[in-house]
Amino acid sequence: MALLQYREALRQALEEEMARDPRVFLMGEEVGAYNGAYKVSQGLLDKFGPERVIDTPICEAAFIGVGVGAAMVGLRPIIEVMTWNFSIVGADQIINHAAKIRYMSGGQFSCPMVLRGPTGAANELACQHSQSLEPMYANFPGLKVVYPGTPKDAKGLLKTAIRTATDPVCFMENETLYGVKGEVPDGEFLIPIGEADVKREGGDVTLVCWGKMVNLCLEAAEALAREEIEAEVLDLRTIRPLDEKALFDSVRKTNRCVVVEECFPFGGIGSEIAFRLQRNLFDYLDAPVHRVTHEDVPLPYSKSIEQAALPSVAKVVIAAKQVCYR
Amino acid sequence: MESATKVELYRKMLLIRRFEEAAGQAYTQEKIWGFCHLYTGEEAVAVGAISCLRPDDYVIASYREHGHILARGVDPTAVMAELFGKSTGVAKGKGGSMHLFDAKARFLGGTGIVGGQIPIGTGVGFAIKYSGGDQVCLCFFGEGAVPQGVFHESLNCASLWSLPVVYICENNHYAMGTGVDKTSATFRLDQKALAHNIEGYQVDGMDVVAVHTAVARAVERARKDKRPSLLEILTYRFRGHSMADAQAYRTKQEVEEYKLRDPVLSYKDRLMKEGALTEQAAQKMDEEVRAVVKRAVTEADAAPYPTEASLYEDVHG
Repeated sequence: MALLQYREALRQALEEEMARDPRVFLMGEEVGAYNGAYKVSQGLLDKFGPERVIDTPICEAAFIGVGVGAAMVGLRPIIEVMTWNFSIVGADQIINHAAKIRYMSGGQFSCPMVLRGPTGAANELACQHSQSLEPMYANFPGLKVVYPGTPKDAKGLLKTAIRTATDPVCFMENETLYGVKGEVPDGEFLIPIGEADVKREGGDVTLVCWGKMVNLCLEAAEALAREEIEAEVLDLRTIRPLDEKALFDSVRKTNRCVVVEECFPFGGIGSEIAFRLQRNLFDYLDAPVHRVTHEDVPLPYSKSIEQAALPSVAKVVIAAKQVCYR
Repeated sequence: MESATKVELYRKMLLIRRFEEAAGQAYTQEKIWGFCHLYTGEEAVAVGAISCLRPDDYVIASYREHGHILARGVDPTAVMAELFGKSTGVAKGKGGSMHLFDAKARFLGGTGIVGGQIPIGTGVGFAIKYSGGDQVCLCFFGEGAVPQGVFHESLNCASLWSLPVVYICENNHYAMGTGVDKTSATFRLDQKALAHNIEGYQVDGMDVVAVHTAVARAVERARKDKRPSLLEILTYRFRGHSMADAQAYRTKQEVEEYKLRDPVLSYKDRLMKEGALTEQAAQKMDEEVRAVVKRAVTEADAAPYPTEASLYEDVHG
């Protein structure tokens, strides 16, 4: 085991998979000479050269589309978006093209491409740089959406995405996670896409989370434990395909559920999870499913109100106590 | 160009002409539904351009792509079956008129988003260069795509990275119902190439030989020098934008004037004058082509529709 930063774990995944397969290349804004806007790709230009680590002009629609075309004819592109907010500029290529190539060509073409970059809020970046776009991309059949919360999961999932993708994978990271350290196994390992992970066991309430919200939920679980509520922290790791089995297994055990997401509430991932739980586990639920989300406003800049708009440990504790009728 | 090659260009144009007549008829019989954009009048563009390619080259096009996939040599029966929404269609009935694909022919669609194929074609060029190949990609789009951001972004990248892509702007003068004088601030679209430091030129799209000659030059440059080009090919569609177009934006007289320069008929006259084709041979060829199209319609009509079991197939690999 090595103690690595989340960004170092991602970098190892990129480096190992690029060394393993010459069809893999990394393309995006500032990925090469600048060594990555968030230093994820540091050193990769030196190691692999400008043919495989390609700096692009600022034109998301074009370079995401370049990834689609390259993937359709046999390469395995990794396209870095500086943040997922900017992917919206190229969303036509992701949603109308990448996600649909396999289906609308009757299975003749596919798009094994990994799109990756940070999503969600960092600190005081205001509303255009802080959105969590998991629900938007998870809405479209043909796309997979992955968002690891720990360095280990980041490495294992990114390696799997690059190596085994048969379709486009939206791989989401977070700026505030890049510097977070965690234990990462030595040597080769892969984590399957579509498998959730119980990050903390507990019998009283299930806290469903992913990405940046995992550590927040673990903190909330500690606070709840002090009040004798044992929370189970279920890290989805992959949003789509959703690990329904792990979700149902946990909620069958705890009979209570709070979904914690940094996304906007309307049509969020929590809405989908709450639907599936009431539809499938109605008799198991001892309380209505609850959610903690980003408030239903664009994220304000000023620190004094920014935090009020985001999920917090306190909000999670309150929601968990509500579903436990405490 | 050899005489047999010249005649083959005519046969391909005639096939597209007859195919589109049959598709239009099938549409009125409600055997084809949805959006259906006929290529009638523009045949010389796809045929002249695609005849410059090797089998291992690539083609990508817009939603008005019946002509391109036929020019690429894909079986007309499988194309017609796709228009009919049948499981034997090139995309198993999942794509329809706007989304025709054929992996063996390296035909990459078929996109319904104006300009959406331009960065993808650029990516194909990137992949060719990355893999050290000497293939080229022909990327077709209408003049309606030129104001889109991705057109300019793609040309910039292709020039910056020296990619073997030939961008072919088929200027049929109308983006749906809006004339090109209302959509482009410059009179000549080939001049947009200047902004991206690539070669650009204008070609008469009613003359299949002129198209072939111009595209051959651009293909050569892409293959040997890995340099992209932009060709503005002036053409005209004799039918509406789609089957549901009353065409109030243009006069009948304008359409009739363009029909005097019909690319299929004028090329036939030229071949006869040159002695490459006789009236008798032309007649025989037309009968053969009509038979091919008739069989395409009959077989497409008789083919099964996709079953409900196929609904969830090909979403993921």
